[in-house]
Amino acid sequence: MFSGFMVNAWEVASIVAVVAGLVGFFVVLRGSAFVAHAVPNGSFAGAAAAILIGVNTLIGLGVFSLLGALGIGLLGRRGRHDVVTALALVMMLGLGSLFLSLSVEYAPEVESLLFGEVLGISSNQLAPTAALALVCVAAIALLYRPLLLSSVLPEVGEARGVRSFRMELCFLTVVALAATMTVPVVGTLLIFSLMTGAPAAARSLTDRPLVAIVLSVAIALIIVWSAIAASYTTDYPVGFFVGSISAGAYALGRGWAAWRGRRSSGGAISGPSFNDASTIVT
Amino acid sequence: MSAAALGALPAPVIEPGFFAAEDVRVALVVGGVVAIASGTVGVFTVIRGQSFAGEALGDLNTTGGSAALLAGVGPLWGFFAAGVVAAAVMELIGVQRPRGRDLATGIVLGAGLGLAALLLYLVTTLHSTTGATVTILFGSVFTVASSTIPLVVLLAIAVLVIVATLYRPLLLSSVSAEMAAARGIHVRLLGAAYLLALALAVALAASTIGTILSTALLVGPAATALRLTRRPGVAIALAAAIGIAAMWLGELLAYDSFYWQAGGAWPVSFFVVTLIFLVYLLSGAPALVRRRRLLGS
Repeated sequence: MFSGFMVNAWEVASIVAVVAGLVGFFVVLRGSAFVAHAVPNGSFAGAAAAILIGVNTLIGLGVFSLLGALGIGLLGRRGRHDVVTALALVMMLGLGSLFLSLSVEYAPEVESLLFGEVLGISSNQLAPTAALALVCVAAIALLYRPLLLSSVLPEVGEARGVRSFRMELCFLTVVALAATMTVPVVGTLLIFSLMTGAPAAARSLTDRPLVAIVLSVAIALIIVWSAIAASYTTDYPVGFFVGSISAGAYALGRGWAAWRGRRSSGGAISGPSFNDASTIVT
Repeated sequence: MSAAALGALPAPVIEPGFFAAEDVRVALVVGGVVAIASGTVGVFTVIRGQSFAGEALGDLNTTGGSAALLAGVGPLWGFFAAGVVAAAVMELIGVQRPRGRDLATGIVLGAGLGLAALLLYLVTTLHSTTGATVTILFGSVFTVASSTIPLVVLLAIAVLVIVATLYRPLLLSSVSAEMAAARGIHVRLLGAAYLLALALAVALAASTIGTILSTALLVGPAATALRLTRRPGVAIALAAAIGIAAMWLGELLAYDSFYWQAGGAWPVSFFVVTLIFLVYLLSGAPALVRRRRLLGS
């Protein structure tokens, strides 16, 4: 399990988990699970296009996830956010189905892109994944304070000169980057379950942002590692384990929060935490 | 665009045999019926801000479709069962709170898609049908059997009946849950009933025209209509009309595209989605012009 090609799988998947846990924290904080679903899912069209014109899949994924994310950001300024996200997603998928119909020998690759193929990762995927991950982590580190502020209290942020719209675009770009590097590993359909399950579980364990981020990354790592181990031993797709273990982690987190809430009965959980504060302000 | 208007167009616009082919007639009927049901439910979906739930239910039909394929029953039953189960779980873990809604939807979607990955893996290994994933995900309205028309119509009527029965309280609770609760409306029960109608409409759409078009027809026409009018009744009619127009025009273009090049026809979903997207973008233009004018003066 730890030899030969599996080493690549472990390394790449660990990098992916760190980025998913980190970016996912802000996804959950901002309530943008839909975007985290739409951008990677829509970027699949980019992979189809890349295969059609014969360039590296990663380039196609990157271009399309960036276009999708920025499109959502720009259109979301005027229209309703969830509507715009849904329309951007279907537009990208529509293009994807066009590219699919134009190329002939693609069907098996679709499946591996949709549900991920972590066991098929080659060593030359390691460098681009690590590079993109570094960019993502650096971007989050740079944006950390203003992004946190504009996610939790957008109006206070505006008053302090943090433009919500600009932060939104920055955040969407990071999501697009994260999508580009994670899609080939976990698959378009399941990356977001890593990006939502792990941080949501972390969030129900603590209210402090930095602790939550660390926990979120740790949980994402545990999910990915156990998913690979399970997939290796059973031969079932890794996406299945990522999806179900993520949901399990979330359920455990919720259960823990409910239990703690009942014990302290002070409403520490149901009261305005740093997430709910934004609901009150807006 | 009505059939009469289409007929009046010059010959190259409608390639020969469009209305004569049985497949096309079935596709037109099914597409139209699905567009009406999706547009109607879609107006509430957009008002309630539950586009993600609609999209998730559509995606989760993959799980139902592959389960049905594995069990050897008709896909529509799998689609419907998956939709109802997913809607119930979403409701249970908290779709009612606006802030946690996306998260609850996302968790259900993630778990369901994981299950779909497993089921599709089993389908492809047990039945060695490689194209199953693509068929289930993308669907094609031109392959719908004419024998399913009665079922499609029946399900669409069921959706419309649910919406018509709940119309006033649903509208009130969608616009303001507090006001509805103050009037003694059971908001949560109503939300669950609406989610059931949504699951039904999405299952109907996803099983016939594919998940992409299901979301497109649910959200696009309704969002466009709500930009053009503030009256919900008018919005529903407008959404249904836009949906039908996009669907039919898309089907016509897809049919025509067969003659454009040698490689075969382009997919219906591409044309319909593009049309819906363009109409949505255009519907934002009046407001934009008005704003510019206000700023300029």
